[in-house]
Amino acid sequence: MPVERFPVEAGHIMLFARSIGDANQIYYDENYAKGTEPGAIIAPPTFVQASAQFDPDYGLRPKIGQKWFGSGKNPTGSNVKEEPVAEQPRAGGGSGLHAEQHYEYHRHLKPGDVLHSVSRPGESWEREGRRAGKLIFSESITEYYDQNNELVITARSVGVRTERPVQQD
Amino acid sequence: MALKASSIKVGDVHEEVVCHDLSRTQIVQYAGSSGDYNPLHTDEVFATKIAGYPTAFAHGMLSMGLTGKMLTNWLGDGRLTKYGVRFVSQVFPGDTLTARATVKEIRHENGGPVVDLEVSTVNQEGKEVVTGSASARLDP
Repeated sequence: MPVERFPVEAGHIMLFARSIGDANQIYYDENYAKGTEPGAIIAPPTFVQASAQFDPDYGLRPKIGQKWFGSGKNPTGSNVKEEPVAEQPRAGGGSGLHAEQHYEYHRHLKPGDVLHSVSRPGESWEREGRRAGKLIFSESITEYYDQNNELVITARSVGVRTERPVQQD
Repeated sequence: MALKASSIKVGDVHEEVVCHDLSRTQIVQYAGSSGDYNPLHTDEVFATKIAGYPTAFAHGMLSMGLTGKMLTNWLGDGRLTKYGVRFVSQVFPGDTLTARATVKEIRHENGGPVVDLEVSTVNQEGKEVVTGSASARLDP
């Protein structure tokens, strides 16, 4: 998911760190962070995933004025078949899930950075799964650049579409 | 404080309990911070009646984030050069997760020591939920 402008903000980093249960002061306390090796607040290693917040077309966020596929009065707010977004559930009960995520850090992010990213598709492959039927994997590579156009993080993501819900064993 | 190459050897294992009795509220927090509002994770009605799962379950990226906390707590801030995972089983509300790193190799890169780690996170039943690898710069 490419984004044109992803401003890295201190408040967002603090909320993100809380959401992964990480109490490390370097994620919210500027004075503490000054005395650490990075010398400033940095973002946790998986923070760039929150670039979704800055993707205007991100399919897994309700859009104002549009139907949302989560539950309201009914279990789903829209006809599943009408939904174009890849991650959305299919009639067979299977769905799109995240299979792998890999990051390479050229440097760590700090508040004030303004990133943009470019994405390209990688490989795709299929296999028969034991717990969810036919699995269709697809890879995407996203490069995040900073305000100086320097590559800061390279991300490789693998998504999988399952034929049916993953059976629990 | 960053981890020192002289204080570890190949085969060493470091582990940390990264969440205890995972709450649905924690999952909601992750949805809010990451921007991934897929109702599979926070909407019990949708997850069970439409998607066919026994209950809503955590974002894979939440389990990667929780596991990453073990790495940064151990290795030091800003030391990771690579971190990657596969999501091998789902993480459900109520799960207690233990993240583990095993030292595979200590080598030199760009004049400094670097560690390669194997990463694995298990739930309270010992079932692996995340597997992966990481590399980080060490102090000598």
